[in-house]
Amino acid sequence: MQHERMNAARKLACVVVVAVCAVSLGANWLAPAGYSKQFREAPSAPPSHQHLLGTDEVGRDRFARVLYGTRISLLLAPAAALVSTVLAALVGGLAGYLGGIWLRLARGFTDLFLSLPWLFLLITVRALLPLNVSPLVSVLITFLILGLLGWAASARVLSTSADAMRNSDFVLQARASGLHGPRLFLVHVLPNLKPVLYAQFWISIPVFILSEANLGILGLGVAEPLPSWGSLLRELEGLISFREEPWRLVPLLLLIVVMTSFQMLLTNEEVTA
Amino acid sequence: MNMNMTGRRAFLRFLLCVVLVSLALTSSAFPQSGGELRFCLRGEPKTFDPLLVDDDSSLSIRYLTGGVLVRANRKTQDLEPELAESWKVSKDGKQITFKLRRGITFSDGSPFSSEDVAFTMQRLMDPALHSSTGDAFRSGGGAVSTKIIAPDQVAIIFPAPLAGLERLFDQVAIMSTHSPKKEAAVLGPFLVAEYKAGSSVLLRRNPNYWKKDSQGRRLPYLDSIRLDIQSNRDVEMLRFKRGELDLINVLDSDYFDRLAASSPGLAHDAGASLDSDFMWFNQVGSAPIPEYKRAWFRSTNFRRAISQAINRDDLSRVVFNGHAQPAVGPVSPANKFWFNSRLKAESYRPDSALKRLQADGFHLKNGALFDKGGNAVEFSIVTNAGNKPRERMAVMVQEDLGKLGIKVNVVTLDFPSLIERISQKFNYEAAMLGFRNVDLDPNGQMNIWLSSAENHAWNPQQKSPETTWEAEVDRLMRAQASTADPKKRKESFDRVQEIASEQAPFIYLVNQNALSAVSSAVEGANPGILSPQTFWNAERLTLNASTRASR
Repeated sequence: MQHERMNAARKLACVVVVAVCAVSLGANWLAPAGYSKQFREAPSAPPSHQHLLGTDEVGRDRFARVLYGTRISLLLAPAAALVSTVLAALVGGLAGYLGGIWLRLARGFTDLFLSLPWLFLLITVRALLPLNVSPLVSVLITFLILGLLGWAASARVLSTSADAMRNSDFVLQARASGLHGPRLFLVHVLPNLKPVLYAQFWISIPVFILSEANLGILGLGVAEPLPSWGSLLRELEGLISFREEPWRLVPLLLLIVVMTSFQMLLTNEEVTA
Repeated sequence: MNMNMTGRRAFLRFLLCVVLVSLALTSSAFPQSGGELRFCLRGEPKTFDPLLVDDDSSLSIRYLTGGVLVRANRKTQDLEPELAESWKVSKDGKQITFKLRRGITFSDGSPFSSEDVAFTMQRLMDPALHSSTGDAFRSGGGAVSTKIIAPDQVAIIFPAPLAGLERLFDQVAIMSTHSPKKEAAVLGPFLVAEYKAGSSVLLRRNPNYWKKDSQGRRLPYLDSIRLDIQSNRDVEMLRFKRGELDLINVLDSDYFDRLAASSPGLAHDAGASLDSDFMWFNQVGSAPIPEYKRAWFRSTNFRRAISQAINRDDLSRVVFNGHAQPAVGPVSPANKFWFNSRLKAESYRPDSALKRLQADGFHLKNGALFDKGGNAVEFSIVTNAGNKPRERMAVMVQEDLGKLGIKVNVVTLDFPSLIERISQKFNYEAAMLGFRNVDLDPNGQMNIWLSSAENHAWNPQQKSPETTWEAEVDRLMRAQASTADPKKRKESFDRVQEIASEQAPFIYLVNQNALSAVSSAVEGANPGILSPQTFWNAERLTLNASTRASR
């Protein structure tokens, strides 16, 4: 019974994620205006027939910006999650498989990596980047940096799983059959790490979306005029009462719904992994 | 007999009525003393030493506690006598002689005399103190000396003429030479009674304050002022709305409009302030930017074209909800004496901008602008992250210049990185920042306009002026600084403003309005444009009866 309920919830989550992705991919047709078009006669306008979610402070259509912003965040966050999961698999999986000094070294390195003040480092890295890059390149760089820096927590989990697997019966049997080195890792260890890898991948997506949102709140994320969930969430700064302009909460609600859906997509095994 | 009695009664009734009416009138016409005024400091005060003040919070405390020889009236902008009854500047502009009021004592009871003024000036000018207030008085290589002429008369002698000398004393809080308490002994209306780090500063009325109102009552009217340390503006606004705070000295336009919508009487727009927002291009010869871009940035036509292509009216209306004015130049129209009224803000003329660019060989191709070498016109504007109005302005400038075929990349950086780029590495193309002007006198802008100055942002620390117009500005700024004649100074500085308008090294965008909030509990407030906007007359502020009773 509980299993069926879980399945239904996962199906619903899947529908939500697919629907949101589909709508955001159709932004070019669905959006009433470009994401950067400024309707200067109607800044901070409430929802109307022309602007379904009103306009932002410089008069840009909020509905269009939500559509384009969703596309950017939902496409690039999984890409960054893929980069970080591959890195985690290489570092954590290999260290766990090799064991001994390699495992101790990898754990020490990941612990050191996790203890660094990442927000400040991200700000520094962003400040070192060239200034004259287009908004599209800036968004790619932002998510690439997130992907390159976000592997450590996943690597730690993977190293523990790989370490446990190193002395398991099937690995011992494979070794006894003459299988060694990279082939043993690629053929037997890595496929058995798949549930953990999937879990880490799905968990990383909301983490990166939120990281980009955090950078956006600091004004250091995606460059103007390109929208992202981070830059859309910045609009909530200074919102004293929800009742005043509830339509400004739409990007936040969308973020919550999508993040919850991603979490629900994980199977029980992946959650426990 | 009866008639007599009736007449006497009627007369007594009339007398009683007169007494009652006059009592009622007296109580309503004269301000009522007592109560605690409350407002926020946006940060921790860095010091309580009035001579070392350098941050906004310490400035507020110094304003409320320090006694000064002369005070610039925050509404009229005129200088008014305070501890000095009168003053006289010598013809050569090197000496100022003050005649002091007699019978004044510090808050701890120690007497005030010319010795205290001499002590304060000597301490202020001590190079070991590193006082930024003292830096304003450094006019030449020699030392500043003081001469005590009498207990109520003191002369201060400078090695070189100092223009606008008397106005500088508005910032010098006199300290006691005899009091063992030094910083705690004050001549202002309030004294620091309690300081809780990270929480609040409590000021109590100075029982020995020398000023009295027209009825001979000793000022200030308030018993105390509590300054809560609160950097979060949302929390500040919420507390103001709940009635926990009485003043907000500086408001953003968003908050202002919300408050004006819910409580129109509490939001005050005093008009254009002295503060300006502007952008500029990097013209530094050694800057790591392509040579063809440096050539654009050094072209007057290019800078003027950019200036003409920006719609300042839209910036004022959209970004500041109409609570800003298109900026004219380095001096805000709010600066009544020094503003050059012949100048007007650059109007939005994209056609004229395109003609100027074409005169320099720029041309449009498929909607994009190219220079005569075939390079697409693209540059970045850096500004500080977290300043929403400035980020919005940058986005609007991006859109305006996009209509001319210019591609602008807006880059927001954390403040330390931004400062490093624009003042040390010069690794930027254009920057957008603001100038918070607290000094009405043009001497306050010497460190910007002299070509050798560090803050000559577009091309700082030049060994000799690289352009003829910069050489002319150097000459004019030095000329206005070396004479005490206000008319001659005004002529020189008017010309500097004209050159700034013709050459556009800074592209001035807007002057933000001075927005503030004053609770209905406060009586006597008259918000102005000069800092401190709401409590410049703190000694005469009162609270209504219900607020007094509740605090």
